[in-house]
Amino acid sequence: MHLDDLANTSGEWLKGSGPESDIVISSRIRLARNLADFPFISRSTESDRAEIEKILHGRITELQSTGRVSPDTLYIKVGDLEEVDRMFLVERQLISREHAESLGARAVVIDHTERFSVMINEEDHLRIQVMQSGLNLDTAWQQINEIDDLIEEQVTYAYSDRLGYLTACPTNVGTGVRVSVMLHLPALVITRQIEKVFKSLQKINLAVRGLYGEGSQATGDFYQISNQVTLGQTEEELTKKVGDVVPMLIDYERQAREFLIRESHETLHDRVSRAFGILRTAQTITSEETMHLLSSVRMGINLGLIGELEIPTVNKLFIHTQPAHLQKMSGMELDTSDRNIERATYLRRHLNADNTGDPNQN
Amino acid sequence: MKCQKCDRQATFHITDLVDGKPSELHLCEHCAQSFLSPSQEEAAQVLPAMAGLLAQHLAVGETADQLARLDQRACPVCGITYLEFRKHGRLGCPHDYVYFAEQLEPLLMNIHDQTHHIGKVPKRCPQGADQQTQLIRLRREMKDAVSSENYEKASELRDQIRGIEGRNLSSESMEEKDPES
Ligand SMILES: [Zn+2]
Ligand SMILES: [Zn+2]
Repeated sequence: MHLDDLANTSGEWLKGSGPESDIVISSRIRLARNLADFPFISRSTESDRAEIEKILHGRITELQSTGRVSPDTLYIKVGDLEEVDRMFLVERQLISREHAESLGARAVVIDHTERFSVMINEEDHLRIQVMQSGLNLDTAWQQINEIDDLIEEQVTYAYSDRLGYLTACPTNVGTGVRVSVMLHLPALVITRQIEKVFKSLQKINLAVRGLYGEGSQATGDFYQISNQVTLGQTEEELTKKVGDVVPMLIDYERQAREFLIRESHETLHDRVSRAFGILRTAQTITSEETMHLLSSVRMGINLGLIGELEIPTVNKLFIHTQPAHLQKMSGMELDTSDRNIERATYLRRHLNADNTGDPNQN
Repeated sequence: MKCQKCDRQATFHITDLVDGKPSELHLCEHCAQSFLSPSQEEAAQVLPAMAGLLAQHLAVGETADQLARLDQRACPVCGITYLEFRKHGRLGCPHDYVYFAEQLEPLLMNIHDQTHHIGKVPKRCPQGADQQTQLIRLRREMKDAVSSENYEKASELRDQIRGIEGRNLSSESMEEKDPES
């Protein structure tokens, strides 16, 4: 398994197979962990970082050789990658932008089905992440807990009885857990109710972010809800807190969609059809416009306004039309205007009749 | 319509949320791209920045003198000063949670509303706070010795470090804690 193979597939979590996947894209949990014997990243020297990376690489190789971690798992030294490859991993949500752009020895472990990834030497020595399709936080917690146990058998984590897992930033100390659910909420945006929802979430101490940027509407109406508190509650409690609020959000979004269907069926149908029309005929198109139009199309499919297209295909298009993905798939470095042409070509190829509905095809 | 950030034609009309309120932005493609590019992680950096800010805010009660002295305090293990933590919102090593405990307590209360962990406990706990931070301190001392060209001291320290690392490895392979450490 090689990094380039990922460009031609898409992660399990994008397949749209999990519960409530018309509205919930993915459930994600991450854990922040540090080795007890080394300073945190901000105070670690170049040789400390190299040592940490070497130790963890060794332990993971050992886990692979004993079959406790799949031999198909990728181990990638992020510093050795070309910029386009690093951006590719960011677009794929396997590493953070910070991890892509920082310096020094650092790596990422990637499950070949993209169910989990482990960033080494990000803000903390270890950032373990598990992704599930749809609303599936309990499974995500169970899986990440197992991966954490496995790594913990190999190394000694920085931990104190009173404060729990010790992290570089005091905002993560304790459980080190960040539970997030990514939702597609186009109808709440159209009906201008989304700010109200944000405010009520903030009141109960949950954070809201966009897909690739905070608060911006133009990123396909995707929103991530996550916990802010990490100390003084159990991992299960923190997971439940996020999990409990999601059904309410799903309900609001469904109500808003019903309202739109009832009160302005023609306008909505028109919006969806135009979006689909542009996407399958455009000759040059930006990433932002693509996200915006795909959002309408995605909702249109869920409302039965578009029949000939499947959700997994659209989910994949959101990711595969990003700049680094287009360049990886075409095998060429492309400037902005070439990318816009390539993106339009890619969309036409995937959205026109004879080729729809197959999520595994490029 | 002209872009709000430069003189090009505005082709993007974005609704952004500022303090939870929507505000209209009219941008050219170039400016829209840089506006839309901030990542999740940059957004997530609001949190660490907040930790630093809170630390600053919570220090208000102290006199300028006290604060100046506090800022100079440096962790004996990793060498980070309280001032550096306040500036960047990131700690330098696990021992900082002990060394700056008094300052961190109100900060943790502010962020988490709690100061005690009740979640997962690792099966293998670090072998006492001293042992845990000893290696970090020794490695730093070795680096200092090398940069001040005191190679004799550096090699002594290196032997000490190797000794501890070797002990850790053998106690790990036995999967038992060494009762002597
Ligand atoms: Zn401009
Ligand atoms: Zn320290």
